[in-house]
Amino acid sequence: MSTLDIFWQQLANGLILGSFYSMVALGYTMVYGIIKLLNFAHGDIYMVGGFVGLIVLSLLSPFLGAGWAGILVAMIISMILVGLLGVLIQRIAYVPMLSAPRLSILITALAVSMVLYNFVMSMTSGEYKAFPVDLGYEGLEFGNVFITYTQIILVSSTATLMLVLHLFISKTMYGKAMRAIAIDQDACRLMGINVKTIIAMTFFVGSALACAAGVMAGVYYGSIHFFMGFLIGLKAFTAAVIGGIGSIPGAVLGGLILGLLEAFGTQLPFIGSEWKDVFAFGILILLLLFKPTGLLGKTEIERM
Amino acid sequence: MSDVVLKITDLHAHYGQIHALRGINLEVRAGQIVTLLGANGAGKSTTMKCISGLLKPTGGKIEFMGESIFGVAAHEIVKKGLIQVPEGRKIFKGMTIQENLELGSFTLKDDAERKKRMEHVYELFPVLGERRHRDSGMLSGGEQQMLAIGRALMVNQKLVLLDEPSMGLAPFLVKNIMKVIKRLNEEGITILLVEQNAKMALNIADYGYVVETGEIVMHDDGDVLKKDERIINAYLGE
Repeated sequence: MSTLDIFWQQLANGLILGSFYSMVALGYTMVYGIIKLLNFAHGDIYMVGGFVGLIVLSLLSPFLGAGWAGILVAMIISMILVGLLGVLIQRIAYVPMLSAPRLSILITALAVSMVLYNFVMSMTSGEYKAFPVDLGYEGLEFGNVFITYTQIILVSSTATLMLVLHLFISKTMYGKAMRAIAIDQDACRLMGINVKTIIAMTFFVGSALACAAGVMAGVYYGSIHFFMGFLIGLKAFTAAVIGGIGSIPGAVLGGLILGLLEAFGTQLPFIGSEWKDVFAFGILILLLLFKPTGLLGKTEIERM
Repeated sequence: MSDVVLKITDLHAHYGQIHALRGINLEVRAGQIVTLLGANGAGKSTTMKCISGLLKPTGGKIEFMGESIFGVAAHEIVKKGLIQVPEGRKIFKGMTIQENLELGSFTLKDDAERKKRMEHVYELFPVLGERRHRDSGMLSGGEQQMLAIGRALMVNQKLVLLDEPSMGLAPFLVKNIMKVIKRLNEEGITILLVEQNAKMALNIADYGYVVETGEIVMHDDGDVLKKDERIINAYLGE
């Protein structure tokens, strides 16, 4: 393979990885924007999303087969279920902590994370579970670069979901209310906005997106595991910080950048794939040194 | 009285141990501009927050259109037609002027109505219309106040609470804002105006209340208060 071929191949790999990160980072950044909570259980929501997708898919595949139709339906059903799980977690674990010090709710989030992955661990005996899909390995060849249809469909699905999210946030009244709540909750109440409902809605959307990413990861990697949420949780958090936490376009951008950094990091001389995380996080540290608010993070402007 | 829009009886409120309101009595009738005057920390904004539902009072009665709204959640009170323009304007910086106004009409289901009201706001404040797609954080203080008032005009309101609309504004801007308030009142909107700037407020108010350390110490027609020596010494003196 020529250097250029490697470049294109890694670009494709990086975009796929990055779009998973972006989807999870969106939930992080939306929840942070609204209640200033770093929801460390969010990576586990992604993991649970993968398992819910696996169960739903197993139930559906006798009728719809193990192809894309089944995956699509299973993904939509799982997104709704996991979205509701997100709302439930928020109601049970986070709402009672909202007036407590910031640290308490952070620890609560860690506890939720442990509950989720320990639950799944005990249900699966800690084993890898194969994702019941059969998509083949066909794809497109561009010279020496090979991209499977699965990869193309996954990247376009994440792009579609993010586009839908963008339209929801920027065009609908509820989407605008979500952004407004991140700016000033009391002002929202005075507009007749039920802040609690909008916060719950944010958890629903964030969890549903993480679930979609979890299902896609299952489809892409072929198997899932109870601990898979841990590292992607950290990565997605990193992505959100790179983009500027609280910023929705920032989360997408941060995810893609991190994915690309990792993909290209595997190709750097003397570094190699074992060190790709070090490379990616090293870049993060450098970036934060020069731009502490992240790429699209805002510094507040006060005017009288 | 059937035309009483807002009636507050013996209202008490606490911030922790601090007894901020010690029995406020106040009445606003349809079509009036009523002003609530007082120095910093006298309890004006606390009273406002109790009425709009942002703060839960600890005792007394608040009736709006003959219905108790004591302890009702803020977003439910808005649906009844009681709209507050908060102190410090609280506009959604980072969102456009148009989006701010749209959020003002959150409880409105009718899109045509929303459009009509928005055009009315733009007609009232042309400067907002010209920059409707700009970030509201870029507006000057006076313009932000106009936006905050505009937001309150985006729904069908029976009473508008204005909390210190003149705060931090240059004198000619204050005059402008007061003119706008007067015009809105002439269009049929009942207004409860909280002000530190007693002179400006009494120029347009039909009736005034003076609050000191959580109690109403004086109330009378606007014209009478304007000439009252105690008011002149305490609030209108140079």
